[in-house]
Amino acid sequence: MHTIIRKCCRWMSWMLLLCGVGSAFASKYNMPVGVTPISREIYTLHMTIFWIVVAIGILVFGVLIYALINHRKSQGHVAAKFHSSLKVELIWTIIPFLILIAMAIPATRVLMLMEDDSDADLNIKITGYQWKWKYDYLDENISFFSNLATTQDQIQGKAPKGENYLLEVDKPIVVPTHKKIRFLVTANDVIHSWWVPELGVKRDAIPGFIHEAWAKIEKPGTYRGQCAELCGVGHGFMPIVVVALDEPDYKKWVAEQKGVALKQANALEENKPLTKAELMEAGQKVYGATCTVCHQATGMGMPPAFPALKGSKIVTGDVAKQLSIVLHGVKGTAMQAFGEQLTDKDIAAVVTYQRNSWGNDDQAKFGKAAGGLVQPSEVAAARKASSN
Amino acid sequence: MTPTRVSKHHDDDHDHGAHQEPGFLGFVKRWVFTTNHKDIGTLYLTIAMVNFLLAGAMALLIRSELFLPGHRLIAPDFFNTMTTMHGLIMVFGVVMPVFVGLANWQIPMMLGAPDMALPRLNNWSFWLLPFAFTILLSTFFISGSAPNYGWTFYAPLSTKYGPPSTDFMIFAIHIMGMSSILGSINIIATILNMRAPGMKLMQMPMFVWTWLITAFLLLAIMPVLAGTVTMMLTDRHFGTSFFDAAGGGDPILFQHLFWFFGHPEVYVLILPAFGVISEILPTFSRKKLFGYHFMVYATAAIAFLSYIVWVHHMFTAGVPIQAALIFMYSTMLIAVPTGIKIFNWVATIFKGSITFETPMLFAIAFLFMFTLGGFSGLMLAIVPADYQYQDTYFVVAHFHYVLVPGAIFSAIAAVYYWIPKWTGHMYNETLGKLHFWLSTISLNITFFPMHFLGLAGMPRRIPDYALQFTDFNQIATVGAFIFGFSHLIFLYNIIQTVRGKGKKATKRVWEGAHGFEWTLPSPPPYHSFLTPPVFVEEASSHEAWDVSDHHEK
Ligand SMILES: [Cu+2]
Ligand SMILES: [Cu+2]
Repeated sequence: MHTIIRKCCRWMSWMLLLCGVGSAFASKYNMPVGVTPISREIYTLHMTIFWIVVAIGILVFGVLIYALINHRKSQGHVAAKFHSSLKVELIWTIIPFLILIAMAIPATRVLMLMEDDSDADLNIKITGYQWKWKYDYLDENISFFSNLATTQDQIQGKAPKGENYLLEVDKPIVVPTHKKIRFLVTANDVIHSWWVPELGVKRDAIPGFIHEAWAKIEKPGTYRGQCAELCGVGHGFMPIVVVALDEPDYKKWVAEQKGVALKQANALEENKPLTKAELMEAGQKVYGATCTVCHQATGMGMPPAFPALKGSKIVTGDVAKQLSIVLHGVKGTAMQAFGEQLTDKDIAAVVTYQRNSWGNDDQAKFGKAAGGLVQPSEVAAARKASSN
Repeated sequence: MTPTRVSKHHDDDHDHGAHQEPGFLGFVKRWVFTTNHKDIGTLYLTIAMVNFLLAGAMALLIRSELFLPGHRLIAPDFFNTMTTMHGLIMVFGVVMPVFVGLANWQIPMMLGAPDMALPRLNNWSFWLLPFAFTILLSTFFISGSAPNYGWTFYAPLSTKYGPPSTDFMIFAIHIMGMSSILGSINIIATILNMRAPGMKLMQMPMFVWTWLITAFLLLAIMPVLAGTVTMMLTDRHFGTSFFDAAGGGDPILFQHLFWFFGHPEVYVLILPAFGVISEILPTFSRKKLFGYHFMVYATAAIAFLSYIVWVHHMFTAGVPIQAALIFMYSTMLIAVPTGIKIFNWVATIFKGSITFETPMLFAIAFLFMFTLGGFSGLMLAIVPADYQYQDTYFVVAHFHYVLVPGAIFSAIAAVYYWIPKWTGHMYNETLGKLHFWLSTISLNITFFPMHFLGLAGMPRRIPDYALQFTDFNQIATVGAFIFGFSHLIFLYNIIQTVRGKGKKATKRVWEGAHGFEWTLPSPPPYHSFLTPPVFVEEASSHEAWDVSDHHEK
């Protein structure tokens, strides 16, 4: 008897050691504990169920291994004759049932908690696009797109990969700590899923429907996630970065955003013509963030799904046609409408960039219409024309 | 009452083989027009093997791309077509046909029947399949990408945003569904009508029982899938908006329909596997299956519950909390009958007289690893935790643990178990054991790290990943290659056995084997039982099971 107890003790201490080692590598081998009450509850639930199944596993596999070792024919074991027992059948029907009830109770409690998104301090609408996220701060009148910031060079292996490879964006969603934030999640095209493990939030973004989730972040920091629902060719390339700031810093950020928005509006009013160098530089940036996933940095695309822009009839032809496609997309294809995602300046820049890259401005080859500059005012005019 | 079988079969002296005219044309005619359950079984097993290698090769392409972060071998769109086709072919082209093949070979022999009840229908249900898979694979040559939205083909990615080849996939699924429905009707008709005189339902072998229940599952769900893909078709071309919110539809409706088919479908894939394991464990433990009645009830309970758990695939998609709770409870409830099955299998082995031939090794591996897959399944049922697991590699690990050591291993075990009966020759035991150890070890190298990847935050179906996921992905890729190539040993072993290279098999083949099929010569006559054997229920089943009674000298 004593040896059994000693064995148990030794086994327990091994398990404890294992737990210790486990938590040291938690982020690598296990679910993150996270920084919200919900994520912590989920983690506890996850570990509880985990240890319950480990215990069941040790029991079942223990008996199995015991039999495999001791009841071998080569050991001279003769088969017993028993083949049914109502008593044991009832035991192993009822006991698992009770264990399940024990699991279901905490699970139900946590689920109720997750569903309670009342009394939010802040509402943010999240819209999934192929392949970027749009954030609308419903109480602050702030709205922006968040694109993958990792460069194509890194993805193609032409540049060393950064620390946050594929988990970095050009403009993160910024939220305050210790406030109940309600996320209203939807999509513009196909189904996406907004997932940040450390917030314990995963919500499918479904076109035409809005689903809710909430988080109360307890620690300032940067939390990264990814789209979790297959949404097409760029599915692996639409990360989420949440920056949680303490209240004063957050207020400062909000004020800044409002200033930026004002300045942008003023700049649009002016609509002053830009130089070719300005357009090309801005265009390359927009192209990298918006177009390369499909049309590739080389402009070669991935035909037939994603046609090449290099030498394309549209890109070397009439500007109006190209503008219309960029603004409104092509129905029934992966080419989406960028009209509401990009500013006039962005569109002017990226169209200019496409028309003057990869030899597309070769007028001897493609005719008089090839090349040329497109100004923001032309984009504005094209928008107006199509809305009439 | 106990299910035991003692046959009084006398070898038919008027047995004849397949009629085959000489030449290539004769060969083709024999196989195309055959209505024989063994021939059709062989055809099903062959198409499953071909598809297994094909879909396996796709998996290796996926794993190669994921060996390192960054874009390497295949473009993201092609990557998506690979994950889609790998899933579709493994489900519809490998696991479903392999078990129909086993059913064709075994059910008539196990029931003491000459053939299936509807032999011509049988021919038709097989020959639909090559057409379906040709159409499915032809999508690789259709401009605008093959299906690239995952084997679950969620709308609107597959409807409004799907490539033109989607219509071909829809048609292929229609044909496969037809084949499954016809096959199921045949299996039900055979089991209900062709049992040897005296064999009651509750005396049938477990493999027959699990197939009877599976066939009813298939009959209920394949029409739902057919309806779903038809709705996709009309959404794509005829202006309906079933799955489009802009027209008053709902993309979630697609998921409800798909998983109303999809969840019972996973039991279609696993219940026949349960049957195989229930045949093999008693044979090599030389002990009767423990708790036969409870095994039958548990199988029926699992089948029933499988209809009322589908929403557990959609917890993050936004279901009302009441629904989430109900479906969480019903899903957890499945653990009870599944647990009964596992406990009964362990009790079958317990105090047996165990030997470790290759089929037994695979069956034991099934016990361990299927249980592991069951554990992660239980974790996934817990809705709050599911919010973190959903659509990650944790799910990928889970369903591969259930399907590979579950469905695939039991199919492999079944082939090793019955191939001496089918061919009259033993397979090479050394190669069988080598295949077992290589595939079992590499399977765990491949899929176990995926649990960690998922928990650490790697979403599934991504062609490229953040740097912290690199090492586990590399381990998984190495494992996948060993796993994939280990099956070439299996293929070689089968071919050699079919060519008659192994030593001659006896009637009973395995010392502890019981049932009608083991009373036939190896290989069995072309029309298994021309005179029905008599099913005798012994007053004392213990004596009937005594190994010494049946020892074949
Ligand atoms: Cu996505
Ligand atoms: Cu399921």
